[in-house]
Amino acid sequence: MASSDALLPISAREEDPLCPYTRLPMADPNQETHGRRRRPFKGLLAVSFGLLFIAFYVALIATHDGSRSNDAVIDETKTTTSRARLAGVSEKSNDGLWKLSGDRNTPAFEWNNSMLSWQRTAFHFQPEQNWMNDPNGPLFYKGWYHFFYQYNPNAAVWGDIVWGHAVSRDLIHWVHLPIAMVADQWYDSNGVWTGSATILPDGSIVMLYTGSTDKAVQVQNLAYPEDPSDPLLLKWVKFPGNPVLVPPPGILPKDFRDPTTAWKTSEGKWRITIGSKLNRTGISLVYDTTDFKTYEKLDTLLHRVPNTGMWECVDFYPVSKTAVNGLDTSVKGPDVKHIVKASMDDTRFDHYAVGTYFDSNGTWIPDDPTIDVGMSTSLRYDYGKFYASKTFYDQNKGRRVLWSWIGESDSEAADVQKGWSSVQGIPRTVVLDTKTGKNLVQWPVEEIKSLRLSSKQFDIEVGPGSVVPVDVGSATQLDIEAEFEINKESLDKIIRNASVVAEAEEFSCEKSGGSTVRGALGPFGFSVLATESLSEQTPVYFYVAKGKDSELKTIFCIDTSRSSVANDVVKPIYGSVVPVLKGEKLTMRILVDHSIVEAFGQGGRTCITSRVYPTSAIYGAAKLFLFNNALDATVTASFRVWQMNSAFIHPYTEEAFRALTRT
Amino acid sequence: MMMMMMMKVMMMVTVMVSEGSIIEQTCKETPDFNLCVSLLNSDPRGSSADTSGLALILIDKIKGLTTKTLNEINGLYKKRPELKRALDECSRRYKTILNADVPEAIEAISKGVPKFGEDGVIDAGVEASVCEGGFKGKSPLTSLTKSMQKISNVTRAIVRMLL
Repeated sequence: MASSDALLPISAREEDPLCPYTRLPMADPNQETHGRRRRPFKGLLAVSFGLLFIAFYVALIATHDGSRSNDAVIDETKTTTSRARLAGVSEKSNDGLWKLSGDRNTPAFEWNNSMLSWQRTAFHFQPEQNWMNDPNGPLFYKGWYHFFYQYNPNAAVWGDIVWGHAVSRDLIHWVHLPIAMVADQWYDSNGVWTGSATILPDGSIVMLYTGSTDKAVQVQNLAYPEDPSDPLLLKWVKFPGNPVLVPPPGILPKDFRDPTTAWKTSEGKWRITIGSKLNRTGISLVYDTTDFKTYEKLDTLLHRVPNTGMWECVDFYPVSKTAVNGLDTSVKGPDVKHIVKASMDDTRFDHYAVGTYFDSNGTWIPDDPTIDVGMSTSLRYDYGKFYASKTFYDQNKGRRVLWSWIGESDSEAADVQKGWSSVQGIPRTVVLDTKTGKNLVQWPVEEIKSLRLSSKQFDIEVGPGSVVPVDVGSATQLDIEAEFEINKESLDKIIRNASVVAEAEEFSCEKSGGSTVRGALGPFGFSVLATESLSEQTPVYFYVAKGKDSELKTIFCIDTSRSSVANDVVKPIYGSVVPVLKGEKLTMRILVDHSIVEAFGQGGRTCITSRVYPTSAIYGAAKLFLFNNALDATVTASFRVWQMNSAFIHPYTEEAFRALTRT
Repeated sequence: MMMMMMMKVMMMVTVMVSEGSIIEQTCKETPDFNLCVSLLNSDPRGSSADTSGLALILIDKIKGLTTKTLNEINGLYKKRPELKRALDECSRRYKTILNADVPEAIEAISKGVPKFGEDGVIDAGVEASVCEGGFKGKSPLTSLTKSMQKISNVTRAIVRMLL
């Protein structure tokens, strides 16, 4: 109950938006002269109104006070709703841990340096230490692939963000370079945040990035290489006229970030898009420019989707309807569809949709509005731990390449202890699935094959309910390509038998209990980073089931729930339906690299990235298994397993530079 | 004159009614209304803070509770030397809250990228739970752990409103 302390002097409350009466006009002197004759009557009216109002307000306070007990009842429903909103939104949650810490039989896990140092990846991009997040400004220039990234030079958690920098000849073997941009101007003193590169027709580079100003306003800034003849692009110059864009009217100062690569319009201007939100509607603003210094904002939005929240790291690019090569960002035409992608701040998912772009007014509409960008039903690049992704057109090899930030799923104490946090996904090529026309297909860049060392081929028939050890020697750095076939009789039994109930639509990787729950036709696949006794294991698998249309549906999952006995790591079950066309065998590819497992179903139609932190399935104790948990179906697996070399990612030295220049 | 007096009364009364309502409205959307309200009302900044401000107040409370718990842990080394191993782990965990989670959350919320603030706040609860688990059911810190878990949950709910 508001005490007398709450009765602040009126002047202090003048700005209060909740108080509607502070703006009442003072008595109008003209009215007074008019109403002089009727004053006594008016006075009586005023007094009675006054008493009425006072009585009304007193009643309001009284009910406000007295209804508190009712509020408690109402609160519970609201509380349950807000808990429901919280649960499942971010996988990091301490709910599960409450139960564990209350259980006397589950000791807290103590990480030792051996376990923690094993977690570092061998062939995924990561800085030598500290925190990394979004990929920034990826580009190819004068024979080198450049990669920039959000980096904290001071800690293993987000903060003090600057642009880290590294170069490579092949997107796999990286050399760390000095920091490219620091927070040294008023317009980025609170953070040199995410941005994108545009390569102009004459080959020169412009970089647009978000700065958090000294007043923590999000603005867009222009930067370019200090020395265009330096292939390493070591030094960058910020345009003295920065910022080139500030939040427009109607957009809040903290809802304006992550400018895209620019594309040429048919009028010959450059166009960019920047994600934002209006209340809970995610939007993407559009700006045209001729010189990257002054911009005109279009009245139209590229797109908007209600109830999706803030759109971060928007990406917009063309894909060919017919060919499997990438396209320069400016390409348009009848043989092309356009992808709009955004990272959803609310859910930490990256969503995309396929649609049509209208250059005349800078708008885009999805082919299928029921799976529009950001809706829970909308497509995702990856169904696991994967965010802030960004593509670039690699003019060197004519492909579009996708980078992604893969954060940790462990505790920050472990990150602090091991001294680093986050990796990047292996760069993937992105094309439209020309067979379905409705989704993208991603695949690790070809150059990763240069890491393949020795391999073994296997052809194994796995009966229902069996687990088969796969002897490959060391099992912490692997590339596995596999094909599966379920025996025909089992398939027919399920499809033809009308009494077999459709279950595919109800099945979800997340909620259907993981890889130990057995169905007629699955789950089957590999268990990676597994101990001999399977006390720790990470199954990557298909689950095939009958759908409502009596056709078979295939779901692709990674189950990390038993990946580690540690109780301070997040262990979700990830995955999604994967389209399988008639005549196709079931295929999966898995990249295992210490604490990251990336899986690609049906040639990259459905991709899943997961982070795992085994405590004993590490070093020589990590094994590979093949399993089939189906109830009656036998599965034949044909697969090859490669040992993967390290990419030896290391800091710049003269030697390293010379060695890389020779290749 | 009458109008003036009426206006004054109405304003005062509206002030009384609306005084707690930003805090109350915000706290209704959290898992622990009473805790939320009492924490925010106990801070003089609470009455004029926006949602960001309310989140920052609670992160300050997390910081205060962390320092209090670290002091408690330090005191326990002498009183309960047999618990050294668990206390070491707890010390490490709570120092993470103080040196990593709290600064991260403050920076993120102040700069308008609340998702990193959410991560820091959730982690505070995680670290407290892990510390608690190290005592295998015989923890001398249970009430402090529970406080941290509750405050972490309430703070997280408020941070999510900023997304």
